[in-house]
Amino acid sequence: MSTLSQVAALAAEATDTAADDLKNANAATGAGFAYGLAAIGPGIGIGYLVGQAVQAMARQPESAGQVQTTMFLGIAFTEALALIGFVVFILLKFV
Amino acid sequence: MIFGAVEFPPIENVIEWPAFLFKDSDYFAFNKIGLIYGLGFLIPTVIFLLAARGDGLVPRGFRTVAEGIVEFIDTQIVQAAIGPDGRRYMPLLTSLFLFIFLGNITEVIPFFQMPGNARMAAPLVLALIVYATWISVGVKHNGIGYIKEVLVPPGVPKPLYILVTPIEFLSNFLIRPFSHAVRLFANMLAGHILLVTFSVLCIAVFSASALIVVEIGTFSGLLAFTAFEVGVSLIQAFVFTILTAVYIGMALHPSH
Repeated sequence: MSTLSQVAALAAEATDTAADDLKNANAATGAGFAYGLAAIGPGIGIGYLVGQAVQAMARQPESAGQVQTTMFLGIAFTEALALIGFVVFILLKFV
Repeated sequence: MIFGAVEFPPIENVIEWPAFLFKDSDYFAFNKIGLIYGLGFLIPTVIFLLAARGDGLVPRGFRTVAEGIVEFIDTQIVQAAIGPDGRRYMPLLTSLFLFIFLGNITEVIPFFQMPGNARMAAPLVLALIVYATWISVGVKHNGIGYIKEVLVPPGVPKPLYILVTPIEFLSNFLIRPFSHAVRLFANMLAGHILLVTFSVLCIAVFSASALIVVEIGTFSGLLAFTAFEVGVSLIQAFVFTILTAVYIGMALHPSH
């Protein structure tokens, strides 16, 4: 009887470890995808934004200051999505 | 695996610091983060108090520094985002900028090496202060109808208000303070983790003596990212402050 219960406890432990491993593996995969996918859009967006800003500054160097300020603002808004993706990554991976 | 020696420390070890004052208290603790916030309050105060001495006809010493900072905030942030009537908000914007910048720059200062703003506390409180400020500025200058003007923007076809009003409510009153805080917090946390990763890599490569050639690459990477993080600290302080100015400006002149 005691052997049986020991075996049952061991089996339960093994299932627990396996379930934990599965959960950790899924969390790691999900975290990687979360950040990777969240970075695509903002990457394209920031590239386009800065490219256009450089073009504007090259065409009108006298308005460079204003363009730069607006560019930083636009980057801040665009970047927020990638950063939220990064926070999701941290939450999935470490919490 | 030769790189098996690289072991990233658990996230708690990277961002949590033991308290060195009030260790046994349940409610108060003073650790490195608290020290950074204290310095972020103390250093600008001392600079501006020292700068306020004398008649200031010929600025020198601390006065040059203080005038440079104020000039920068005035031309780059206040005039660019609010306009001439935004000078009233200079004290708020200057103290926000300096507090955030000093909280960020500790990321690369030896013995601190932890950005104070990589903990959610300060960004969240600052974002809530800004949230309260722009709402009260809007209500003060445009009456209580300001809230209606934000929620029901004029010039939209009537049936579309079913869609527009909830979206405006979400984006202005819920997502705006959240993203304002998270932008600063996540940037600093990401930078901190980046620097930690490269430091851990450098140490691991250094202790595996066969790989000493790789150390050149990892160490120059660490140096480059440290320089990059100095820039990020400045830009994030600037972005937080200019977004504050933009929100206040939108509340002052809601028509555009």
